[in-house]
Amino acid sequence: MKKHSWQEYQKDVADDKYYYVRSCIRQNFFPGSEAAFLNILRNDLHRDIREDAIHTSCTGIGYHSDIVPIETIMTVVARQFALMTESGYENFASSCITSFGVYSEALEMWHEFPEMEEKTREYLYKATGREFRKPRSVAHASDIIFHHRDEIASKAKYRLVNAATGEPLRGVEHIGCHYAKIFPKNGIGGAEFPYVLAGMIEAWGGQVVDYPERRHCCGFGFRNYLVRANRGYSIANSQKKFESMAPYKPDFILTNCPGCPMFMDRWQYTIAEMEGITYGADGHGIPVLTYEELAGLVLGYDPWELGMQMHQVDVEPLLDKMGVEYDPSAKFLGKNGKYIGQPLDAAVNCGCSGSSIL
Amino acid sequence: MNKKVVVIGGGVAGMQTALTLSELGLTPVIIEKEASTGGKLCKWHKLFPTLTPASEVLDGLRRRVSEAGIEVMTGRTVGRITDSGVELEDGTALACDATAVCTGFDIFDATLKEEYGYGMYDNVFTTVDLEEMFNRGEVRMVNGEKPRRVAFLHCVGSRDEKVNQRHCSRVCCITGVKQAMEVKQMIPDAEVFNFYMDMRMFGPGYEEMYRQAQYEYNIQFIRGRISEASQTIDRRVQIKAEDTLVGRPLKMTVDMLVLIVGMKAGASNERLGGCCGVDLYPSGFVRPADQFLRNVCSGSERVFYAGTVSAPKNVGESINEGIAAAYKISRYLNR
Repeated sequence: MKKHSWQEYQKDVADDKYYYVRSCIRQNFFPGSEAAFLNILRNDLHRDIREDAIHTSCTGIGYHSDIVPIETIMTVVARQFALMTESGYENFASSCITSFGVYSEALEMWHEFPEMEEKTREYLYKATGREFRKPRSVAHASDIIFHHRDEIASKAKYRLVNAATGEPLRGVEHIGCHYAKIFPKNGIGGAEFPYVLAGMIEAWGGQVVDYPERRHCCGFGFRNYLVRANRGYSIANSQKKFESMAPYKPDFILTNCPGCPMFMDRWQYTIAEMEGITYGADGHGIPVLTYEELAGLVLGYDPWELGMQMHQVDVEPLLDKMGVEYDPSAKFLGKNGKYIGQPLDAAVNCGCSGSSIL
Repeated sequence: MNKKVVVIGGGVAGMQTALTLSELGLTPVIIEKEASTGGKLCKWHKLFPTLTPASEVLDGLRRRVSEAGIEVMTGRTVGRITDSGVELEDGTALACDATAVCTGFDIFDATLKEEYGYGMYDNVFTTVDLEEMFNRGEVRMVNGEKPRRVAFLHCVGSRDEKVNQRHCSRVCCITGVKQAMEVKQMIPDAEVFNFYMDMRMFGPGYEEMYRQAQYEYNIQFIRGRISEASQTIDRRVQIKAEDTLVGRPLKMTVDMLVLIVGMKAGASNERLGGCCGVDLYPSGFVRPADQFLRNVCSGSERVFYAGTVSAPKNVGESINEGIAAAYKISRYLNR
């Protein structure tokens, strides 16, 4: 691409002292990612980040499924802000893209309709006796990694470079819809070409792949998946992306939403099982990573500590390209060294699928 | 009489204003910021709906300006309008008895619509780029090949709140029709699609041209905006749209995407506005004293407007306004 004007669209991200709220589903999908984020912030970047045991789901999935009314979700949001206020923090950091959209939406609604804020304060006080101050800044956790990307690069043990050839690795980035499509000003790079993940890939030595379906939905889209009858539509969306990106031969897919890595990882498995088609090199799938996993790999974290054995598309081809040292025999050993079980061989990983699109 | 009138801008409106002023016995001076007169028309190939070469109009105006002995100061920019004349950006003060503001319009910067990829992808062009290709005598993709499938997108940077251009640019609809026909004339076997939200064929011969484009040239008009463009691996352009008449989403790959860019208020309006009766609309175009009886007059009795400085207009309308403004100026100076 000739022009990268979206790099100019930036937003202020606090440098330190974050109040962190988790995603309700990421801990099941990619259980090592949030822990990795906290470890990187605390141990590698030496930043103050508080995680509060009594915070809750933002209820965003219920909200977007028309189960949770807006008054309720705003009160839940207000409670999270109250917990932050009580902890003495001002910089709110959200792990989840949906939640990030929810927090941004609540703040915007309160700005436009102050009477809604007053009502929410009233509901919160009546229900919990709590009060809150609005955060000074709201960032998605990927914004924070982006903000510190150069510092991470300076501490990198591995780079996104093919250890054998010296060529930059090719990364497809996929941004969660609620990161900047609702409020473009809240996303680094704006809505059309968010730069948050692309900036990480470039800072760590990789090359960003632009492909025609770059902005197409990952296939989650709540109603695509939550309504069982729509799941064919979900996988069709993912398939459209895979077919569009495959000719560019990406080495990995990088995501910043709970749903995107889940669906882009699992649907590759499903398509390989159903159709015998894979989209990566040598009949394998394309590894799908969260930004915390990628940052962790760059910093030299053990891939199994990052939880990468939970991926359905094996990450070993990427690890090998990066030259990451890892113990294959430790892949399915839990924290205490206990064997946690191993999935059966899958067409997406064995290089034996009926046809690779490449 | 020998009263002096500064005409700011040497496009078609400015030249016609000066010519008529001269015919009326006044002494016009054209101040043109570019190296030569002609304005945006210098880059245009043919004019709708007659397909008259733009050079015919330009050459005629230039020749008459020259024959009339009208002073033309090129490469000079007016900094501001004053109570006694104008002040150039280099600080030179030019006294005059009246001023005609004929500064025209700016072309919308298509890079602001990032979703269409102008300036990013090889084969995304604007109507201005296409006119330059027409002037060169060939329409080509970046790799030098003839395009086999071309899509035009109407209303890029007009009727668009996202980029703060709420107004209709009026002439872009017919420009898109004209250019689609010219592409077909040059490459008869090319498929040509025009994506639009409304077709506003307001001028004489426009509707006929629109029908001709459909019946004789087989140009396909699809009612729906393109939502995004992306570059394919072979550097063509994939576009997504909704055909709103059949109610279905649409995706196709074209060799060339042409963005029909709108007319936006000239950047100089901001600089000239706010003093000496020059008031601006929220769109940035200058606001005439009255839209019916004094639409070439400003809030000041000695400042007048002609052409697209006040709103998007076609060439004929701009020329007519030049005549009208000159008569108003003459009337003012002969009170």
